[in-house]
Amino acid sequence: MKKYHKIISSVMASAMAVALFAGCGNAADNGNAQADDNAAPAENAADSSNAGAENAETGGETAATENNAGGVIKIGGVGPTTGSAAVYGLAVQNAAQLAVDEINANGGINGVQIEFKFEDDECDPEKSVNAYNTLKDWGMQMLVGSVTSGCSVAVAEKTAEDNMFQLTPSGSSVDCVKYDNAFRVCFSDPNQGMASAKYIGENAIASTVAIIYDSSDIYSSGIYEKFAAEAANQPFEIVSAEAFTADSKTDFSVQLQKAKDAGAELVFLPIYYTEASLILSQASTLGYAPIFFGCDGLDGILNVENFDTSLAEGVMLLTPFAADAEDELTKNFVAAYKEKFGDTPNQFAADAYDAVYAIKAAGEKAGITPDMDMSAICDAMKAAMPQITLDGLTGTGMTWDVSGEPNKEPKAVKITNGVYTAM
Amino acid sequence: MSFISYLINGVSLGSVYAIIALGYTMVYGIAKMLNFAHGDVIMVGGFVVFTIVSSLGLPPVLGIVAAVAICTVLGMIIERVAYKPLRNAASPLAVLITAIGVSYLLQNIALLLFGANTKSFTSIVSIPPLKLAEGKLMISGETIVTIISGIIIMVCLTLFVNRTKAGQAMLAVSEDKGAAQLMGINVNGTIALTFAIGSALAAVAGMLLCSSYPSLTPYTGAMPGIKAFVAAVFGGIGSIPGAMIGGILLGIIEILGKAYISSQMADAIVFAVLIIVLLVKPAGILGKNIQEKV
Amino acid sequence: MDKTNSKFKLSKTTKSNLITYLIVIIAYLTVQLLLAGGHMSSLMEGLLVPLCIYVILAVSLNLTVGILGELSLGHAGFMCVGAFSGAFFSKCTQGSMPDMLRFLLALIIGAVVAGVFGILIGIPVLRLKGDYLAIVTLAFGEIIKNLVNVLYIGRDSDGFHFSMKDSISLHLKEDGEVLVNGAQGITGTPHDSSFTIGVLLILLALFIILNLIHSRDGRAIMAIRDNRIAAESVGINITKYKLMAFSISAAIAGVGGVLYAHNLSTLTAQPKNFGYNMSIMILVYVVLGGIGNIRGSIIAAVLLTLLPELLRGLSDYRMLIYAVVLIAMMLLNWSPKAIEWKERFRETYFSGRKTGKSETAQVSQTGKGVK
Repeated sequence: MKKYHKIISSVMASAMAVALFAGCGNAADNGNAQADDNAAPAENAADSSNAGAENAETGGETAATENNAGGVIKIGGVGPTTGSAAVYGLAVQNAAQLAVDEINANGGINGVQIEFKFEDDECDPEKSVNAYNTLKDWGMQMLVGSVTSGCSVAVAEKTAEDNMFQLTPSGSSVDCVKYDNAFRVCFSDPNQGMASAKYIGENAIASTVAIIYDSSDIYSSGIYEKFAAEAANQPFEIVSAEAFTADSKTDFSVQLQKAKDAGAELVFLPIYYTEASLILSQASTLGYAPIFFGCDGLDGILNVENFDTSLAEGVMLLTPFAADAEDELTKNFVAAYKEKFGDTPNQFAADAYDAVYAIKAAGEKAGITPDMDMSAICDAMKAAMPQITLDGLTGTGMTWDVSGEPNKEPKAVKITNGVYTAM
Repeated sequence: MSFISYLINGVSLGSVYAIIALGYTMVYGIAKMLNFAHGDVIMVGGFVVFTIVSSLGLPPVLGIVAAVAICTVLGMIIERVAYKPLRNAASPLAVLITAIGVSYLLQNIALLLFGANTKSFTSIVSIPPLKLAEGKLMISGETIVTIISGIIIMVCLTLFVNRTKAGQAMLAVSEDKGAAQLMGINVNGTIALTFAIGSALAAVAGMLLCSSYPSLTPYTGAMPGIKAFVAAVFGGIGSIPGAMIGGILLGIIEILGKAYISSQMADAIVFAVLIIVLLVKPAGILGKNIQEKV
Repeated sequence: MDKTNSKFKLSKTTKSNLITYLIVIIAYLTVQLLLAGGHMSSLMEGLLVPLCIYVILAVSLNLTVGILGELSLGHAGFMCVGAFSGAFFSKCTQGSMPDMLRFLLALIIGAVVAGVFGILIGIPVLRLKGDYLAIVTLAFGEIIKNLVNVLYIGRDSDGFHFSMKDSISLHLKEDGEVLVNGAQGITGTPHDSSFTIGVLLILLALFIILNLIHSRDGRAIMAIRDNRIAAESVGINITKYKLMAFSISAAIAGVGGVLYAHNLSTLTAQPKNFGYNMSIMILVYVVLGGIGNIRGSIIAAVLLTLLPELLRGLSDYRMLIYAVVLIAMMLLNWSPKAIEWKERFRETYFSGRKTGKSETAQVSQTGKGVK
């Protein structure tokens, strides 16, 4: 009996191995999933090995098609489409797809069509590397991703090793663009913290400031630290700095109470809008009405389904993108996005949309062709990125440094009557 | 003054934990399983109410009834499909793992159906807040309703378990399944009933959770679920009044810890208190400490 | 190996252990062969080290759950401790000694620190039983994660600075460098983990655990699991043996953590990697593989790590199907009805074989484990 089990184990192991080694291209996917359903319960030895064999065949086919790119440029995307950060990953996936479709309809990059594929990383750096590798197996030539900072840093290590061109739409921590092959569309965390502190100080918006930030989040704690450091040079005082964590982000009464007791005129919220919407509603219950000031993560707060926008009245934020801006580009983008996905696009979507257009601009400048390998494309793109100027959703006349940072001006907007208005 | 307002906030948060913990402890007490999917049933309850009240614009009463009905049926289906086949498995851990699978499943179904975007929940409570000390202290209507429902549920459950035939059958099943069967008790039916009640309570908890903290995503239930589990253990798992007390205490500790020690370390403080309580009273505050027999 | 088998009569357990080692070695050689031949997809290549990490974690947790018979939901906490102490050491000493030596020392440090945490946590925790023990281990895991998230360590010419608030309160000088930066964790850990090291560590973990199980100490530990009171009455020191198993398990998890930290360039303590979710995931490997069945843990860890990657083609439905498959696998492997059905199936088709003790029966026998 034991021997029988051994046989199953080894057959299973080999079936799994074959399934994997054969590569996981499009064509192999269905076969793979099937193999798994069969092999997993360790029921039927014959069945498993059959499935394994099937896989080897389908896998072989993909391997053959992989090497000739077939006259398309393959761009991959990585970000969380499941898990608690899914809202950001899905926005990036949708907007990037939208941009790719538009570009393809208008003739592609240098007349070459783009193929776009997005992989889920569950907001886990390790899964992000897996997603990146999956896309590499698919034949990806350039990467738009990852969406979150931690994942971007982990993936950047791999792209640097492979010399793959990486443009992260929203990875904002410093290390995301550590290597010369990595660029980003959004502002860096220190940049946002610094800009916010300067803006509040220079415009004398408030003299006493409280901060509520997520101490378990890279983005939030990164902005907080730079903001607190810069505050020392500004004519306002930080009277309270309270944190929350990913595990206790429903109740903010203490943080708000402390800000209120300390007499803060302004509460700085370097956090995402999901938590911010709770903070706003709890502040109103508490009868506390300071000025709320946020960064780009706060964008999207007006689009929380069913949200009482009167709560957000007077909220200020530094953001490069506002979904109800009046310019032609934004209007078209928002309309197309709404039509296709039924949601109003947020900051992440705008960043991703711009990322794809930046790739198009740089790609045309560099004259990339589908038959170039990823390393050659990367070298060409690296040289072209600092030369382009892009009028995108998140800024007009955006340019890039060799370091990977974008040069654009954040717009300060204020929510009045449920819409963003420029300040 | 700020201490009292922290205390009130703690009670508000705690009352939500308590109402979730009641469902948790009910299922644990009878079926002896940690139902990790309980938090996700709460989320389902929240989404049902959201769909009916906010999306379809129907009256909240209808939403409440539908949420309770749907969650009850869902709970029974989950029990029948995923838990019942493993009731006599060689290790009780098997069903724990299946519960985790169910939890993933519910989250991902909700993700596909409703998307990842945060939904703002319209409170189903229309009672105005209670103002004390010239408006300096305020107890929200949601908190009042949550506490009152918690107490009503607690009393009803206690009466149900102790006074009705079905409740006595539950006690018997929790005590000894084999003996209960020999006494002519329908063990399967009793456990299914337990899950039905537990899930109905989850629906109620979902509504009240989302009314107090009006943000709804497919992952809304996960963390409160775990916290409520901690609360149930805190109060002595299996004990109905214990869940209520454990929940409220947990909320108060969390808020006071945040306020007076460190807001960054709120979770560590909550869990540290739990550990200390369990080391002093190994079966929780109201739990029965059963001596092991040779 | 076969020759030795025929010459010497090996005991049943030795044989079984050798098979376990052999499976690992054969898997290793196959992978090396495929790598050399260039038949390996990048995805698979990238998955090799994570696979080793999860196998190590699963095997180490099986020692607590299967052999000691206590349900622990805080295993990721030990992994976290190991990961951060190992990565911190590497970060401090990077460049000052040969890479291999530094990594070896990091592994040892990770194991020792996690082991010490195992003892510290084990002393109070192991007095509790069943679900209470489970919840307290979960609590410790969460405390560790939370504390690591507010830990700031920096270094400048004056030496090390610590803070539990933020990096500003470290008051570093101009030349200072923040080594551990709270939620932003440790970045830029050297990439030292490799598949070969991973497999060597798996073999080492197996060696330690399998030898422990079949030693006098191991039998004492299992005696406690099967009947604590009886074990106590024959003079077994319960606390000592429980602590022994628990801390060894923690130390091996710490090794897994060091491997994890040196595989990615970024190390942060998120709910995803070091929270209770991860602890539960490791428990899933153990239960699916068969409680107390070390070889099963290895297979289950490999299977369940690969599964979500294999399902990538389903895009949006990936995690949904993953959940369904997980439930189905549990039902098929554990439900008494499915086991009965499998028995009948085997008898019909393999009636030539001796139908002695079935594998599942063996699992349940060794796996009284958690009560």
